[in-house]
Amino acid sequence: MAASGGAVPARRAPAGAEYLGLLAVLLALVALFGGFTDHFLSRTTFTALANQVPSLTVVAVGMTFVLVLAGIDLSVGSVLALCGAILGGAMANQGWDLLPSVALALGAGLGVGLLNGLVTVRWAIPSFIVTLGTLEVARGATYLAVDSRALFVGSGVESIGAPLPGVGLSPAFFLALLVVAAGQVVLVRTVFGRYVVAIGTNEEAVRLSGIDPRPTKVAVFALSGLLAGLGGVFQVAYLETADPNAGIGLELSAIAAVVIGGTSLMGGRGSVVSSFLGVLVIAVLQAGLAQLGATEPTKRVVTGAVIVLAVIVDAYRQRFSQRRAGVA
Amino acid sequence: MPLLTARGLGKRYAAPVLSGVDFELRAGEVHAVVGANGAGKSTLARILSGLTAPDAGAMTLNGRPYAPRNKAEAELAGVQIVIQELNLVGTLSVAENLFLRELPRCLGFVDRSALHARARTALAAVGLEDVEPDTPVARLGVGRQQLVEVAAALARSSRVLILDEPTAALTDPEVEVLFGHIRRLTARGVGVLYVSHRMDEIRRIAHRTTVLRDGRVVETAPAADLPLDRVVQLMVGRGAADRVEMPPRALGEIALLVEGLGRGAAVRDVSFEVRAGEILGVAGLVGSGRTELLRALFGADPPDAGRVHVRGRAVAIRSPRDAVRAGLGMIPEDRKAHGLLLPRSVRVNATLAHLRAMARPGGWLVSNRERAAADAATRGVALQGAGVERPVAELSGGNQQKVVLARWLLRDPDVLLCDEPTRGIDVAAKATVYRLLGELAARGKALVVVSSELRELTALCDRIAVMSAGRLAATFERSTWTEAGIMDAAISGYLDRAPAPAAA
Repeated sequence: MAASGGAVPARRAPAGAEYLGLLAVLLALVALFGGFTDHFLSRTTFTALANQVPSLTVVAVGMTFVLVLAGIDLSVGSVLALCGAILGGAMANQGWDLLPSVALALGAGLGVGLLNGLVTVRWAIPSFIVTLGTLEVARGATYLAVDSRALFVGSGVESIGAPLPGVGLSPAFFLALLVVAAGQVVLVRTVFGRYVVAIGTNEEAVRLSGIDPRPTKVAVFALSGLLAGLGGVFQVAYLETADPNAGIGLELSAIAAVVIGGTSLMGGRGSVVSSFLGVLVIAVLQAGLAQLGATEPTKRVVTGAVIVLAVIVDAYRQRFSQRRAGVA
Repeated sequence: MPLLTARGLGKRYAAPVLSGVDFELRAGEVHAVVGANGAGKSTLARILSGLTAPDAGAMTLNGRPYAPRNKAEAELAGVQIVIQELNLVGTLSVAENLFLRELPRCLGFVDRSALHARARTALAAVGLEDVEPDTPVARLGVGRQQLVEVAAALARSSRVLILDEPTAALTDPEVEVLFGHIRRLTARGVGVLYVSHRMDEIRRIAHRTTVLRDGRVVETAPAADLPLDRVVQLMVGRGAADRVEMPPRALGEIALLVEGLGRGAAVRDVSFEVRAGEILGVAGLVGSGRTELLRALFGADPPDAGRVHVRGRAVAIRSPRDAVRAGLGMIPEDRKAHGLLLPRSVRVNATLAHLRAMARPGGWLVSNRERAAADAATRGVALQGAGVERPVAELSGGNQQKVVLARWLLRDPDVLLCDEPTRGIDVAAKATVYRLLGELAARGKALVVVSSELRELTALCDRIAVMSAGRLAATFERSTWTEAGIMDAAISGYLDRAPAPAAA
């Protein structure tokens, strides 16, 4: 995941062009599934989809920052489950109200993220390894917290997860959209976001410009943990249950969404909004395949193939722009 | 009888590095190639060994045309090279490194006993009998690693052996072992090309010496006919320095005071001062510690010892962040790897060191401010034909360097350290960079400029400090310097050689 001076010139494509491409793919998928099924093109399908995606969405926002930094966070799935378990435990077992429970859950996510960041930075260990370890630790802690059983939470989480009357969309969905917007703004319009992009492009050049890259790096992993915690909250709100098996494999879906959205695995380049579109592509793909009667294994195969395709397309795109700049 | 010849060899990168070079290596001779930095010694060695292809000229080996397309072809023809950058795989053992391309095999498995036996022979040849063949190479000290490289080259049968600065990391006893082996080789009829600036070694080992200057051969003669001062004179030449129009400058207070700066063996007890408005040059041979000095000063590699004062205030610099806050800036030696965010735009690169000033408290970037600053900075450096949104990777080397300069212009440090500011850039851009550096000094900044081009330093600087083997050997004033004097000082640290730090 290390990025060096890297001769990968970013195409100065208007931001719109990338989005258009993704939207086109999305619409094509919708049309495809609409054509081959009876009920895909219906309000029920779309609202169900919208209420399903908030947890993956916010995790993908965090993952976008991590990948732009040229790092990786494999622990997000476990952290999502852990924070969900903490939320569930606080509300169901301890009788806490929603807000303090959510605060505790988010705090836990932030804490794990900070741990990831500090260990990665302090000992200069690749984030791949550190977060792989955290993945195991957090998952184990989750099982311990709920005694390896799903914990029913009930209507206490309604205000987040229940579809709003009339609209059919849950507050979680709108909150997720808010997070996407905020994430995009932070990445593109703040000094912090600029530092993330710069460090992911060439950390040494940033250091030699008088900027200490370490606090930024730690903050990015903390953010990823925090957003994974929020994903856990949304997940519990959606199911009204804290499931210790939630989020298994989620890190891969998040990375897939971000890559499909056009963020490079090599760092230095990315867009939060594109990652959201990537999430929608994956969600539509899986929903469509389900309505076609595909089994879980088939869904996984197809989704996996799409991810590989997206990465290959990304590689060609990079090589193409390299050639245009006369670098390759 | 000539073993290896070259006629009219030429090579250019941004500027010509070699032109019209005629060279001849005889069987059984040690032929030294000397010259100042950038004279073309290493390029010549690389061309002869197949590492680089020439742009012009032809070579013959044993009378037949010789044009290797790569190092492997050259090695098959019997030409081996040992270069300065080590070519060993750290995690593999010594034996495996020695015979990496021809591991003795038995039914597809590596025949370890045969491998180790051959390795012992090869190691004994360079005096490394005490090294176990299965030692991981990374465990050896740099000096011994270098000897392993030599052993590897010798283990492959050769007619021509090219050594590029082979003794950089060797202690005296190791040098003796190497020389012993070189003499045995030449007795067998092998021709040895010895690229070095260690005059004492050349005096001891070489039969003939060729002096390169600015990519051309200025003299080839028996080593006995070329005493040291004659060689220095030839290396330096008597050409008039290019006059650079420098605005008159008044020197102010001491802006930078360095006392006893040290970092391991690379920078040893260096002290100097630079006044506001002054340009101090730093000359020296490759490996003398110039870049290391700047990096230690800037906190890029924190120093072990020393005190630094900027504008009279003592500062503790443990990181580039400390340095920038203390009022320093640095243009790094390798702009692509350490200076630029290549895929990012000119604007992003130019504003990198000064972003907070373009943001509201809390970090919100004000795009107008940023845009205006980037425009002003790029106008200030006369960036040619590039809008601020263009990716820096698409720019020429000269323009890329201007972007780095623009970044520091924006940040406006009191002291600017420049490491090879005009390396690899075209003549026009060079002139602009000189002008800009002069203007910075005229505005009261203190500049420290490291350069391998003596001509550049003599044109640009008020004083020139000369590094040699990690120490500051001498400092020359404009009124009293001579190119020969500077070259003498640069070599001085390598004449009475103290043993290099003991290899592991």
